[in-house]
Amino acid sequence: MSTHTEPHAHHGGPKIYTANLFALLFLTIVTIAAASFNFGSANVVIALAIASVKATLVALFFMHLVWDKPVNAIIAIAGFLFLGIFLMFDFLDVTSRVNYLPNNMPQMQNATPAPDTMNPLRTAPPRPLDPAPAAPAVQEEHK
Amino acid sequence: MSTTTTDVQSHGGHGDHEHNPYHQHHFTTMEQQFDTSKLGMWLFIVTEILLFGGLFVGFGLMQHQYPREFIEAHEHLKQVIGGHLMPLYGSVNTIVLLISSWTMVMGVNAAQTNQQKKTVRFLVLTIILACVFLVIKYVEYSHKFHDGLLPGIFYAHQSEDLIKGTHGYATFFAFYFMMTGLHGIHVIVGIVLLSWLAIRAKRGDFNSDYYTPIDLVGLYWHVVDMIWIYLFPLYYLIS
Repeated sequence: MSTHTEPHAHHGGPKIYTANLFALLFLTIVTIAAASFNFGSANVVIALAIASVKATLVALFFMHLVWDKPVNAIIAIAGFLFLGIFLMFDFLDVTSRVNYLPNNMPQMQNATPAPDTMNPLRTAPPRPLDPAPAAPAVQEEHK
Repeated sequence: MSTTTTDVQSHGGHGDHEHNPYHQHHFTTMEQQFDTSKLGMWLFIVTEILLFGGLFVGFGLMQHQYPREFIEAHEHLKQVIGGHLMPLYGSVNTIVLLISSWTMVMGVNAAQTNQQKKTVRFLVLTIILACVFLVIKYVEYSHKFHDGLLPGIFYAHQSEDLIKGTHGYATFFAFYFMMTGLHGIHVIVGIVLLSWLAIRAKRGDFNSDYYTPIDLVGLYWHVVDMIWIYLFPLYYLIS
């Protein structure tokens, strides 16, 4: 867009947008179909990979990043980069702790603690059930 | 930005930098003005990505804490079709939003190529699809409310299979309502913005020299679509 004589010379057209829409719809069907198979823990990875391909298609063509000045793409990539850093440190934290719920959080019935993947020996035992709420109150009365 | 229609029509034409009624005095050219607006919009989009990113991290943490409960709870987002549990509402909503993204970008394209009627038509189509999305969301929420599948302390589901380990289910629905609700608010904001654009487009405010608002709202609308692209597999397809 150096001059206004051709204000949309660098942009896509209806054909590209329509092709992009069909690609996105196709990937939606693929992701629903993939979820019906059991790949174990790979299911989440597959679903997120397909979602990321779809998000990239949206950003590149619907949001014009392919044709835009690079500065917009740099900002967008920076956003996802910092989100990636956030996710990475979060992942490190989760995999290196026994329990990350606050100590003063009320104990709930039958919550299954996640295994400690870094150190199986330190995996937290199943939580005890709540004590009957009436019991402590009675004790206090006797004091 | 409060220029009237007559000004726009009397000053139309290419390369008319000095006289374009939407040209603000502190920008050298219309192109510079457009690029600046767009840069600002992208910065806002990054804040949106990080806002939802934080919620996704919270969801991931809690799914790690309650893996079994989350998988059982997500079954309640599915419907039985031909004997199989399928994410009917979620899938239809994904398709509706993807098509609305297409009508949006077609509207931007029509504005860039001076096709005023087409611009209005595509904007109205986008609004209709956004409303369809919200109606489906309403039906979905109504079922959850009726079944007592509510967030946090409001969780009141009474069937035998889901009463145990209530905390995990309540957490799942807290995240479900928080994230889809925040996304729904974005859709409502989008409808308001698109209606404003449709009125302005009908008035003839936009042409190939000036279509900044349509372009920026278009970017916003695609972000709303992009967030749903991630919400859909994480909530409706986890296994």
